[in-house]
Amino acid sequence: MKKSKTLRLNFIKKHRNAFFRTGLIITGLVVFLVLLGLVWSPYDPTAMNGEEKLSGISLRHIMGTDNMGRDVFSRVLYGSRVTLLIATGTILIGSFVGTLIGALTGYFGGLADDILMRIMDALFAFPSILLALVFVSLFGTGTWQVMVSLGIAFVPSYSRIVRGEFLRCRDMDYVRSARLQGASDLRIIFLHILPNVKNVLISAILIGFNNAVLAEAGLSYLGIGSQPPHASLGKMLSDAQQYMLSSPVYVLGPGLMIILMVLGFSFLGEGVRE
Amino acid sequence: MRYLIKKACMMLFTLLVVSLCVFLAFSLIPGDPALRQLGTNGTPEQLEALRQQMGLKDPLPVRYGRWLLGLLRGDLGTSYVYKIPVGSMLAEKIPITLSLALISFVFMVLISVPLGIYTAKHKDGVLDHIVMVLNQVIMAVPPFFAGILITLVFGMILHLFTPGGFISYKKSVPGFIGYLIAPAFAVALPKAAMAVKLLRGSVIDEAAKDYTRTAYSRGNTTNGVLYRHVLQNALIPVITFLGMALADMVAGSIVIEQVFGIPGISRILLTSINNRDYPVVEAIIMGIAFLVIFINLLVDVIYRIVDPRIASGDE
Repeated sequence: MKKSKTLRLNFIKKHRNAFFRTGLIITGLVVFLVLLGLVWSPYDPTAMNGEEKLSGISLRHIMGTDNMGRDVFSRVLYGSRVTLLIATGTILIGSFVGTLIGALTGYFGGLADDILMRIMDALFAFPSILLALVFVSLFGTGTWQVMVSLGIAFVPSYSRIVRGEFLRCRDMDYVRSARLQGASDLRIIFLHILPNVKNVLISAILIGFNNAVLAEAGLSYLGIGSQPPHASLGKMLSDAQQYMLSSPVYVLGPGLMIILMVLGFSFLGEGVRE
Repeated sequence: MRYLIKKACMMLFTLLVVSLCVFLAFSLIPGDPALRQLGTNGTPEQLEALRQQMGLKDPLPVRYGRWLLGLLRGDLGTSYVYKIPVGSMLAEKIPITLSLALISFVFMVLISVPLGIYTAKHKDGVLDHIVMVLNQVIMAVPPFFAGILITLVFGMILHLFTPGGFISYKKSVPGFIGYLIAPAFAVALPKAAMAVKLLRGSVIDEAAKDYTRTAYSRGNTTNGVLYRHVLQNALIPVITFLGMALADMVAGSIVIEQVFGIPGISRILLTSINNRDYPVVEAIIMGIAFLVIFINLLVDVIYRIVDPRIASGDE
């Protein structure tokens, strides 16, 4: 009873927090647009129309059209779905594997901990977009390959965070008493300590989301990721750049969408931390 | 001194581990480099001869040893695609990418340190609030999009520089640096925003500690306390961030080079990835790994100069 009350209080406090609220609104809008794109878009994202190349903003095309006469808004809807999908996959892989490594090494310590953490340190020092590029060059380009590559690149940061928390918790009283009651190591790790690490992990996941969106956008800008004719926000920007003199509005649609996504997640992360 | 030698040894060991990982990863992936180089119209005998010549028939440890010795001697291998030494392919590109990263770094420090100190000093002031909101927005803008907007506004509308008009450092050093200013700005902005936030928080934390009050009670002025006491401690966490940011900036430069049409290592790296030209990719990764690890060593050394507590702690 008491626990649920404090939980609710926390929830209300989070809602009062301006960062969290703004983040919720922006992320809600982004998710709504992505879901909308699943069931409806004004035009087919790959349908070309030779009559209307690089048209500016109009009622028929609220973000204009691209160099092949495709509707930018429809393509942005499709592209943000891909970006969100890759970001979600990246975070799932990164946080799952990272938590597993961090929990086991932090709890057990020993030689495996030393070796794994050396490797994680070396990987962590490496800029994540470069790390992803390295894995992409091993796996090949494409949506799934990029997701796995970015996912691996995100493992070190989560494993470091989780390991730190486990190191802090493993000799606390509640863990000792669980051990005295005969709970197995795995039970202690996943049922006793992990729930206490939850808050730190959630904040890290939200911050990870905006890094993942930024990294995916960067990779697809470099032409790595989903391949044409499928739309991706980064690729659209690199196309738009070539037609910037004749149609400067083309860069705005995909660019603003990326900014909205990142901003939403970073506000949420900021709000949770406060 | 003993500590430094220990650290340098650790650095060499880490590099060795990295080189082993890189070598194994690129040797074990499916695909026959000889077959790719020869194309589909070679005879089996030619293929066999080429494998022999490329040393692909030797066992893995021998190949690793040969590759590593080559690296130590400065021989980075031969490109599969262009069939010229990788070293000569990269030699002209590395200074360009490094210059871009360094100029970006200088920009980041020049923007973030004064702004971080100012906003901490005038906490909750008007400028502080504006900077805090602006920070959050800037961090959300991907550097390459910032680069595109900078090209649009400063290049195409205001004509402050010519987009795509890169000038080689061999032709004119001032022209070269002049062209890099806009891209460096794009690389530096998001990192500067993070640094401002970090430094501001750090200064505010330190200013609330007891020693600050003591310093005031001894009759120091606000600025005296800030610059002689608070800042020395507040800068310590920022140094780690700056070190990591420098490594990130090398990666950031690679993306931004594409935006501004700068012929640095970016284009070679991307085409090599697409062509599966592994010797080139391996060489670039090893180069960046060396840089990253070296920067970490540097941060360690600077740490001990700034914070004597660390040095006295383990000796």
